[in-house]
Amino acid sequence: MKALMFGWEFPPHILGGLGTASYGLTKGMSLQPDMQITFVIPKPHGDEDQSFLKIIGACNVPVVWKDNSWEHVSYRIGKTMHPDEYFWLRNGIKYDFHRIYTNDLGCIDFSGRYPDNLMEEISNYEAVASVLAHQLEFDIIHSHDWLTYPAGVFAKQISGKPLVIHVHATDFDRSRGQVNPIVYDIEKRGMDAADHIMTVSDLTRRTVIEKYHQHPDKVTTVHNAVEPLPDVDSFTKTARKDKIVTFLGRITMQKGPEYFVEAAHLVLQKTRGVRFVMAGSGDMMNAMIDLAAKRGISDRFHFTGFLKGRQVHEMLAESDVYIMPSVSEPFGISPLEAMQVGTPTIISKQSGCAEILTHAIKTDYWDIDAMADAIYSIVKNPAMYKSLRELGIEEVNNIKWYDAGLKVRAIYDSVIR
Amino acid sequence: MRNISFYFQIHQPMRLKRYRFFDIGKDPYYYDDFQTEERIRKVVEQTYLPANRTIAEMIRSSNGKFKCSFAVSGIAIEQLEQYAPEVIDSFKELSKTGSVEFLAEPYAHSLSSVFDAGEFERQVKMHSDKIEELFGKRPSTFYNSELIYSDQIGEAVSKMGYKSVLIDEAKNIMGWKSPDYIYKHAYLPKLKLLIRNHKLSDDIAFRFSQHMLTAEKFINWIAALPAGENIINLGMGYEVLGTINSANSGIFEFFKALPYHGMEQQMNFVLPSEFIKKTEAVDTLSVTYPMSWVGNDKDLTPWTGNDLQQEALQKLYEKSDRVKLCNDKPLQHDWLMLQSSDHFRYMSHKDPFGTNYDSAYEAFMNYMNVLADFRDRVDAQYPTTIENEELNELLKTIDNQEKEIEVLRNELTNLKARKAKKDA
Repeated sequence: MKALMFGWEFPPHILGGLGTASYGLTKGMSLQPDMQITFVIPKPHGDEDQSFLKIIGACNVPVVWKDNSWEHVSYRIGKTMHPDEYFWLRNGIKYDFHRIYTNDLGCIDFSGRYPDNLMEEISNYEAVASVLAHQLEFDIIHSHDWLTYPAGVFAKQISGKPLVIHVHATDFDRSRGQVNPIVYDIEKRGMDAADHIMTVSDLTRRTVIEKYHQHPDKVTTVHNAVEPLPDVDSFTKTARKDKIVTFLGRITMQKGPEYFVEAAHLVLQKTRGVRFVMAGSGDMMNAMIDLAAKRGISDRFHFTGFLKGRQVHEMLAESDVYIMPSVSEPFGISPLEAMQVGTPTIISKQSGCAEILTHAIKTDYWDIDAMADAIYSIVKNPAMYKSLRELGIEEVNNIKWYDAGLKVRAIYDSVIR
Repeated sequence: MRNISFYFQIHQPMRLKRYRFFDIGKDPYYYDDFQTEERIRKVVEQTYLPANRTIAEMIRSSNGKFKCSFAVSGIAIEQLEQYAPEVIDSFKELSKTGSVEFLAEPYAHSLSSVFDAGEFERQVKMHSDKIEELFGKRPSTFYNSELIYSDQIGEAVSKMGYKSVLIDEAKNIMGWKSPDYIYKHAYLPKLKLLIRNHKLSDDIAFRFSQHMLTAEKFINWIAALPAGENIINLGMGYEVLGTINSANSGIFEFFKALPYHGMEQQMNFVLPSEFIKKTEAVDTLSVTYPMSWVGNDKDLTPWTGNDLQQEALQKLYEKSDRVKLCNDKPLQHDWLMLQSSDHFRYMSHKDPFGTNYDSAYEAFMNYMNVLADFRDRVDAQYPTTIENEELNELLKTIDNQEKEIEVLRNELTNLKARKAKKDA
């Protein structure tokens, strides 16, 4: 089984949960002996782990025929792609893409991020897909998230192979309902053209069915999993007098940071031995600093700014409680990461991961009373902490990407027929 | 001769209301009356009243030959008195027929038999008093909450004067032995054990529709048991009639037909207290660790299996001594209500039967908030700076003083009387 996947991010250079999920899923699927995955991303850095799949950088795929010497190609892109492959892919150019600005190799310069001209990058990605669809051999096309749907659809039209799309989020999650019509249009076209749609949670599945009018039979939930931490024992918890309650993530409307501040305020009215940490950055950060000051809890409420890599797990491991009051979260991988390092977790019922977790406290995102109650209970009751910690580790260690991979495979098999 | 002994458990917990940690110290009322009333009204209409009518009819139509017993917890009685006194009346009617026996159990349907021997004794007495007050006869057969039993519990029960105990059939204690005989306590031969026939009981309780069970079929099963097996104990929640098996399933008709088919095959329906008088035990049974009637393992894990439950139970029962020193009525009442085994069952991750919480953690959080308030109230009665023993001593002194005064007063009156005699 050969799968051609279109993604946007791949570790180690990631900006959000999409990259982590892409990595975990492909790694889990690669354990199936007959699975070959080619993963396309806009701009690889050359340090991606390619031991279990093949990565193609869209920025190295020629879409306009240019004559170049082997040495020049090697000099320009040798770090991320073999020159022979470049020349071979060049034979796949069947359409005239001179309207697109290309470099000396006939390739498009992708940023690989989420720039202002994102729409242009998305359509350029489509051009790259056409070349790959003509030249590569594959049985199925798998597109991760809306940015790559047009590429997947085009590849399907060219090759006639079935297309499955993987919905990691919809615009309804990102915008609290204020949907961008252009994005909605791209998402809807992708879903309409797909042979099957995978969603990361039942929550997202419902959105896809209700808001994008897809037939329920065509939509299947494949919950995300979490990669085991190889150095899990290296994260330790320092003994300290005060308990630490942590919010970690982008400080944006979607993540519900204000509910965290309000819950903190409630807890601090009753007990002082707790400190609250808001880790991350985002457009609501200043508003949150203001709010904490207004509630008079700034002495116990701390901001860390953006954390990355190891710092994330260190922060989680040092915490007594991790809380994710997201207003709308298609899946939400970070509670699972917190549980990996043994930190009890409170999540909103509006998070996809709530569907698969038992040993986490679930509250409505707006229910600050329940949230405060849960925080208080965990920091005051050792039995509560211990149960959530021990049973949580056990639970999360059994959520494996391999199993998610098997579900994806079953969907592949059903659409290939 | 085959003898059949039916018994039914009736218990409904007082549901706790949503009690947040900010309520601690502010709100001493813990119960969700609306939910409790709604539940009790529902079960009264679906089960208690129609089932009592059915039993009454069975007794009438069999000329008093049909007999069965009831284990009604103190908490259930309180709720019935408050929300459905007609059920109490109907039990009184049943009691008058003489074909019905009420069993003794801890008042609060609690786990006190395992955690607090003193409290256990107090609750059993309290419950027997209540039953005697309502139905005019003191129970002599013991039915522990959830059929929890061990040699130790048996010993305590025997000391309180009960003649027999109902327990469940568990493979690890019964081995090859049949439940259909009378057994006796490991080292107190006077205490007889009646073993619930687990399979036949659950055939009615949980597999009634699946088996498309008829009274004839069921009685034939009993008739087909090996000769010599003389007592078939069939124990179940009373909700089996009408709630677990709805009225449409034909469960009431099934019961109504039982006496006829039973007597046709020369079977007797008996009450435990009567039957043990005329029958000797065939063997002893030793139960080292407490067992119950729940699950495959028949142990206490549904209530005490995880850290949350252990913590809650420990935090509850460590206040036991102090509560007993208090004479604040509402506090005493809360003490009973908080002991109900259901609260701990809801904290089970695997088997939270009948829970009204989304998860074990929520059950625990809510209960612990309530308990925190309760503990504060207990501590407010007597300062925590005084150790329990010291407090006990003080109270004993006060108590003794009273007795002393009483003695002296008696002496005084005696002397006065004597003097009066002399003078005369």
